Formats: sequence, structure tokens, C-alpha cells
Amino acid sequence: MTPDLECLNLTKGFGDMLAVDDVSFAVPRGSFFSILGPSGCGKTTIMRMIAGFLEPTSGDIHIRGRSVLNTPPNKRPVNMVFQHLALFPMMNVAENIGYGLRRAGMAKPEIASKVDQALDRIGLPGIGPRKVSELSGGQKQRVAIARCMVLEPDVLLLDEPLGALDLKLRERMKVELKALQAAFDTTFVYITHDQSEALVMSDRIAVMNEGRFEQVGTGQDLYYRPETAFVAGFVGDSNRWSGRIERVSGDEMEMRTDSGMLMRGATHDRPLAVGQRADIFVRPEAIRIARSDDDLAHFDNRITGRVESLLFNGAASRILVQDASGSGEIEVNLPQSGEFAGLDRGSEVRIGWSGAQGNCFAAGKA
Amino acid sequence: MRAEAKLGLILLLTPLLLWLSLLILIPHVDMFLVSLRERVGVNEYRISLANYLTFINEPLYLRTFVRTAVMSTIATIITLLIAFPVSYYIAKIARGRVQSALFLLCLVPFWVSELVRTFGWMILLRETGLISNLLQYTGLADGPVEMLYNDAAIMVGLVYTSMLFMVVPLVTTLESLPDEVVEAGYDLGGSWFSILREIIIPHAAPGIVSGSIVVFMLSLGNYLTPTMLGGKDSLWFTELIYSQFIVRFNWELGAAFGFLLLGLSSAIVWGMLKLTGQTLEKTMG
Repeated sequence: MTPDLECLNLTKGFGDMLAVDDVSFAVPRGSFFSILGPSGCGKTTIMRMIAGFLEPTSGDIHIRGRSVLNTPPNKRPVNMVFQHLALFPMMNVAENIGYGLRRAGMAKPEIASKVDQALDRIGLPGIGPRKVSELSGGQKQRVAIARCMVLEPDVLLLDEPLGALDLKLRERMKVELKALQAAFDTTFVYITHDQSEALVMSDRIAVMNEGRFEQVGTGQDLYYRPETAFVAGFVGDSNRWSGRIERVSGDEMEMRTDSGMLMRGATHDRPLAVGQRADIFVRPEAIRIARSDDDLAHFDNRITGRVESLLFNGAASRILVQDASGSGEIEVNLPQSGEFAGLDRGSEVRIGWSGAQGNCFAAGKA
Repeated sequence: MRAEAKLGLILLLTPLLLWLSLLILIPHVDMFLVSLRERVGVNEYRISLANYLTFINEPLYLRTFVRTAVMSTIATIITLLIAFPVSYYIAKIARGRVQSALFLLCLVPFWVSELVRTFGWMILLRETGLISNLLQYTGLADGPVEMLYNDAAIMVGLVYTSMLFMVVPLVTTLESLPDEVVEAGYDLGGSWFSILREIIIPHAAPGIVSGSIVVFMLSLGNYLTPTMLGGKDSLWFTELIYSQFIVRFNWELGAAFGFLLLGLSSAIVWGMLKLTGQTLEKTMG
């Protein structure tokens, strides 16, 4: 099956600066694809090129196998949910949703029934005559999606539409968006700088940095098997050590950190050589806390340190551990079993993790 | 504390109230009374509607009245048609320095007095003026061309004088239209015309109406431009008022004319608001 959306060597330069640098990807039909990246990484530029508001410097965009480069935005089988939703304030909800259908020249009774169907779909039946300004943030969100979905686009583009919502609503809309995508069975391309939005909703995620895709994969791939140092640092939280590699054997390696600590890590098939400068990333939840060394015997990295501070955040509570050699603070997840509930600032703890959890990347990038 | 606040309010309102009552309310009341007077002998007056009857029975007055209203309306429409694209360009397409420079360019003509500005048009349009000479020089005209002293010249002058008062409210309302909304229109399949009709114009409606009201009132009450650029056949209603007061010394008729003009402008503005479904609060606030 041809993918719904395919970008081939897409490049866009503004003056000397390359905003999007030779990006290629394909989004299979009916999937939820996210582009995740910090602000200014070029993700909005990609979006605007797909929607037709920007012309690529080079490369091609195919929708259902056909190039759309010469199609103006109002003729592309792509619709966009804008960052601030861009509902038409001078029209009511039904007129907003019916706008595209009216433009397509559909008959009035047919528009009315389609609009009603769409309102049912988004779970807001009967709000057609309401003014846009009377809707809540979440309702506006759903109306903005319905306004696009009545046109049955091949691809729906979403440009950080949750950015303006408050935290609670954002959490709920994440689940709802995913459900809407399943209900409409349309390809969604979602751009965001919020990794949790991308991880929760997407089938596949592309992590973007400085105009290039760093890695494309499922949320699990990105989280557990980051391919580049940027992805390891950007997706999820990580402890990071810089140093020089002392030994590489197969998948295992050892690095001497700048503070003199010897640390074991995994190369995950990346070419790393002895003497090279490198960074090791370890997730806070991969680190175990223990009271005695015996509990950590099976881990090849062990550190004794003092609790620098307690960061209470419910289920995601952490402690900051200052190790004895003074190589900086290490973030460690606090188990929720209550076992370490008595930990205080200044108490001595032992922490350890297996070398396989330490992702090592050659230094230089990111 | 409350008494102090009250005193402050009164002090703040005093200049406004003085201005309104001394310069607008009292003269108008007096004018109204004068307009209802009929002179029956030396220093002998009686109350009657004779002045208003004169207006109705004299075709010249009535025609001038209607002509002024029609011409002002046309001037307003032309100003709107020219100012809208200009404002759209300033508000939505131009960026940064270009934007402020263009805005300033609209303002520059107003640094010169209206008299000088109108005289500028005379230099351009008169028989021995720049355009006439240019046409003769290029061979497009055989002899001197007189472009002054007709309705077209008045129209040019009125539109030119009013432009800023249309551009300012339009730029303000258009600037408040997010680019996203226009893009959403395109994205959902709208053509530029349907976006203009369904999104941009409805959004700009308060600006269009308030600009039109100001321009219409300015045109209706303009004296200098029609007098200097218009010819014998291009009488403006303000000229009639002037001649009644100053030339004929017939204050009674002049006052009646003044009141008719006030009524006319109020009626047309009211009609315009009703027609466009706007309210005064929405367009002025």
C-alpha cells in the first residue's frame, strides 16, 4: 500500500540557513506520526511545506503517491489544525465546521447533516449554533479537528494544538486525540516539542534537531534504544557523564569519566574506539538504590553517595545523589514500595545500575 | 475617600463638559432657535418653519443637498476601495520597518495644511499645470487640458484628504486578524475571494464602518476642497451655508441649513450602521 504521506529529500533554506535539511520519511495509512523536536528545529517548516504554505527548496512531497508540489494549499488533500486553532470568530460552530464543505460546493442540507455527524463524532452534539467564543478550550480543540475531518482529508496535520491548554486538560486531550484518530481512521501528523504528547499518542515518532531527523521509531525505540546522543538526552530524563573510553569489547565498554570514575556502558553496535571521547546516558529509573553493597552485587556500576536533595513528585519522585568522588549529582528514581521512605537529606545511599543500561555515544554532537 | 474620588471625577470631567456645552451644545441650541425665526420686519421676528420651507421650495438648495450627500457617499466608497488593499498590505504583508515607513507615508501629507495640499492639486490639475503640460509634451493632447473645476477634481481632493482616516481604523482591525485564521481559510479550501468575503471583511467590519463614518462626515462637512477644486456647477452644501451666513447675512436660513446637514449626516450614519448590523459601541470602542 502506498503511504499516505511521503517526503523525499525535503530541504528548505531561508537565506544561508537550512531550516529543513534533506529529510525523508513515509507515513503509512491510518497511523499517528509525530515529529518531536525543540523549538526552532524545523518541524513547523516541514508542516507548512506539507500544507502548502511554504515551497521546499528541493525535494518532493507525495500524498497517496502523487506529488502535491504544484497544488496550492486550498486544493491539497491535507488539512491542518493550527497551533491556536484559528477557528473563525465571525462564524458559529456549525458554520465553522461547514466552511470547507461550503467551499467545496456541497448542497446545504447535505452540509447540515455532515456537520451534525461531525459534532456527534466529537461528542458535542447540538452545539452547532453556539458562538466560538462560548466554547471551552477542549471544545474548541475538538471543533477545530471536526472542521478538518468533515473534509475527509488524506492527512491531518496538527501543529502543537495542545500547547495553549492547561495541564489537566492536556492530559485528557492526549487520550482523546488518540481516540479521535482511531475513530476517523485518518493519518495524523502531529508536531510537538512535548515528548509526553508524542510518546503517548504516536505510532511512530521522528525526533528532529537542527533541520534533520535524528531517529525515527516507536516510542519504545526512542526511549530504550536511542540512536544518537541528542535523542538520549531529549527523550526522557537522563544522567549524563562525559569522559574517555578505556576499553571496548563487543557490546561492552568502559569509560573513565572526567572526574576519574570508571563506568561501564553499552555500545549498542555503535563504532566506538579506545581513547575516543564519549558520553554515557543512564536513565534515573534504571538506577537501583540499596542500603548495602550486597543488594547491588549483580550490577557492574556501583556508587556510594549522599542524598543531596529529595524531589517529591508523587509517583515520579526522585533523589539527587552526590557521589563520593564529587562527579556531580545523579538523579535516581525513588521506588514507590516505601522501602526508602525514611531517606533524608544527607543520608548515605548506595546506588547501582547494569552496564547494559548505560548508553554510550561518541562525543562531539549534541 | 469616596468624596475625594467624586471630586477627582468632577475635576477630570470638567474640561470635557465645558468643551461639550460651550462649543457644541449651547451654539447648537442657539442655532436651532435662530433657524426657527422668521424676519417679519426690522428687528421683528416670529417663530415659524419658513426657513425650512424655503429649503424645500427652492430646487437649488434641495439639489445641492442631495448632490452633497451622494458625492460624499461616493467619495467614501472610493476611499474605502483604495484604502482597503493599502491597509491590508500595511497590516498583513509588510513587516517591521517597511510597515512603519508605509504607515508614516500615509501620515506625511497631513503635516501640510489642508489649504496647501489642495493648492498642490491645483498646481497639478490646472490648465497650465504639470499634468496638462506633460500631456502636451508627450503629444497625447493638442492643447491645454483643464482638469480643475469639475466633480472629478472634487472627488480626487476628497478621497485624498480622507485617506488617512480610513487607513488608520482599517490597519488597526486588520492587524488584529491572526494570520493563522487566513491560512486556515486557504487550508480548508477557500479561494482568496471567499476568504476576503467570509473572513477578512467580516473581521474588519467595525474598522470599515468607523472609517466610513469618519470619512463620510469629513466629506459632507468639507468646505475648502469643493470650493477650491469645484467649478460653478459643483456647489457643495457647506458653500450654501457659508454664503447664507457671510454673504447674504441671512443667519436664519444658514442655521436651518446647518441643522439639515446635521440631520442628514446623522440619518445616513444611522442607516449605515443598521445596514451593516454594527453598533456604535462596537465600531468606536
